[in-house]
Amino acid sequence: MNQQELQALRAMIVAHKRWDTLFGVIGILALMLGLMTFAALFADMAINGLGRISVDFLTSFPSRRAANAGILSAWVGSVLVMLVTAFAAVPLGVAAGVYLEEYAPKNWITDIIEINVSNLAGVPSIIYGLLALGLFVYTFGLGQSILTAGLTLALLILPVVIVATREAIRSIPQIIREGAYACGATTWQVVSDHIVPYSSAGILTGVIIGMARAIGETAPIITVGALTFIAFLPTMPFTGELPAGPFDWLFAPFTVMPIQMFNWTSRPEAAFLSNAAAAGFILVLMTLAMNGLAIWLRYRLRKNIKW
Amino acid sequence: MNAMTDRYETLLPLKAEARNLSFYYGNFQALKNINMPIYEKKVTSLIGPSGCGKSTYLRCFNRMHDLYPGNRYEGAIDFHPDHTDLLSKKVDPIEVRMRISMVFQKPNPFPKSIYENVAYGLRVRGENARSVIDDKVEAALRGAALWGEVKDRLKELGANLSGGQQQRLCIARALATDPELMLFDEPTSALDPIATASIEELITELKERVTILIVTHNMQQAARISDYTAYMYIGEMVEFGVTDQIFIKPKRKETEDYITGRFG
Repeated sequence: MNQQELQALRAMIVAHKRWDTLFGVIGILALMLGLMTFAALFADMAINGLGRISVDFLTSFPSRRAANAGILSAWVGSVLVMLVTAFAAVPLGVAAGVYLEEYAPKNWITDIIEINVSNLAGVPSIIYGLLALGLFVYTFGLGQSILTAGLTLALLILPVVIVATREAIRSIPQIIREGAYACGATTWQVVSDHIVPYSSAGILTGVIIGMARAIGETAPIITVGALTFIAFLPTMPFTGELPAGPFDWLFAPFTVMPIQMFNWTSRPEAAFLSNAAAAGFILVLMTLAMNGLAIWLRYRLRKNIKW
Repeated sequence: MNAMTDRYETLLPLKAEARNLSFYYGNFQALKNINMPIYEKKVTSLIGPSGCGKSTYLRCFNRMHDLYPGNRYEGAIDFHPDHTDLLSKKVDPIEVRMRISMVFQKPNPFPKSIYENVAYGLRVRGENARSVIDDKVEAALRGAALWGEVKDRLKELGANLSGGQQQRLCIARALATDPELMLFDEPTSALDPIATASIEELITELKERVTILIVTHNMQQAARISDYTAYMYIGEMVEFGVTDQIFIKPKRKETEDYITGRFG
């Protein structure tokens, strides 16, 4: 290669590399756009609400006077509803995912189920609310209760849990399954000794991401009849008298964080807007904490999984 | 009875015998009418070019094909001494796998501790007594020539071992339940020469206790470790015989071409 050709080659490489730089810049801008928007919203909420956040705010019931109002009934309601959601969605979703991956024959029926599970994840949440109103509130007579709300949100996140379970199971190499079967294991032994333990990190991540979505849901909860003003707490779980006492809380009326926020933002007084911002700030923290937990659990559980 | 059957009927005790075995993946016939003896406490190796059906044949013995839809067996594998037909629909594949264990091409330890890897076959059989499991795990690890290297780290993950150690761990897992027949599917193809040598040595020692059927794509390996060798080509058993005879004086032209490297 002579000097002239070499220079032409170098010039060409420099020209090509410009596209690398250009795309890098575009990528950073796109990323920043998303992150900055969220950061600005979060900062705005923090500025408006931070002044209101105190122990009193967390331990007071809502009130007509903005300065006395708190989110006690809202966050307790959210936590209890999430508890029901988790207890309903995890066993159902994991069982469905395991069945589809390890037991179901691969034919057109399972294909249809598969497509529909994915589609369910895209159904607007208000539809789940209407379904739950008809099914849980009227047909099953569960009332406008924590149980109804928890089950509704469980339905909402069920597709997320199923899809996460299936993806986690699919990432287990086939050779591990064959190794277990070759030892003489039944399908159930393979599932309980290998498939579920090895996919638990992925399943948990899916569950928590689903829960983080569910905790912010408003529409389906309003539809099933959450109250906007609650100045009492349900009986704490498992403290009531037997026989039905321990589960009284399931049938208690309730409110949740996003509904409390929605209620406050619709008030004319500016002071309530600060309350809404403060509640929103705490809700975002709860969501971030759940996602943080998901990341930590995934890291912990995956440490012991090597193929 | 064909001529080949007549010849081996008079020899050593049999552990298993394939009779008119054919196998289909859907409509594709992968094995064609295979007849072959497996002699007790001998090493029998299956050789042949890629895609000749040797792994497919091996996986018939522990009914691995039952895990996937659309697979179909024809013929029989007569398992001695009880004359169970391994391929019969009436015989549960789990029963078959409890009697016949397998070591895979790529080491596949479970993401569990070394101890639990070896103990798994016992746990599957419902064995819960700690002392029994302890003893059998130690015996299996000794049998797999791994005990000295891992006895102080039984709680560590199996995946932390080197490739050769992992394969010996898988051999210990397959050995722990006292199988009657062990299947090896190219067990050294993912290993370096030193690890390969140690696995080969181990297989030679194991034949004192258990019958071994091994697939290998390495002809020298077949010559080194096996007592009997079968040459397969496109789903057919071309020639079966004593290893020395197959390698020194093959009866069939096709076998000779493959052995001498003129083909494959």
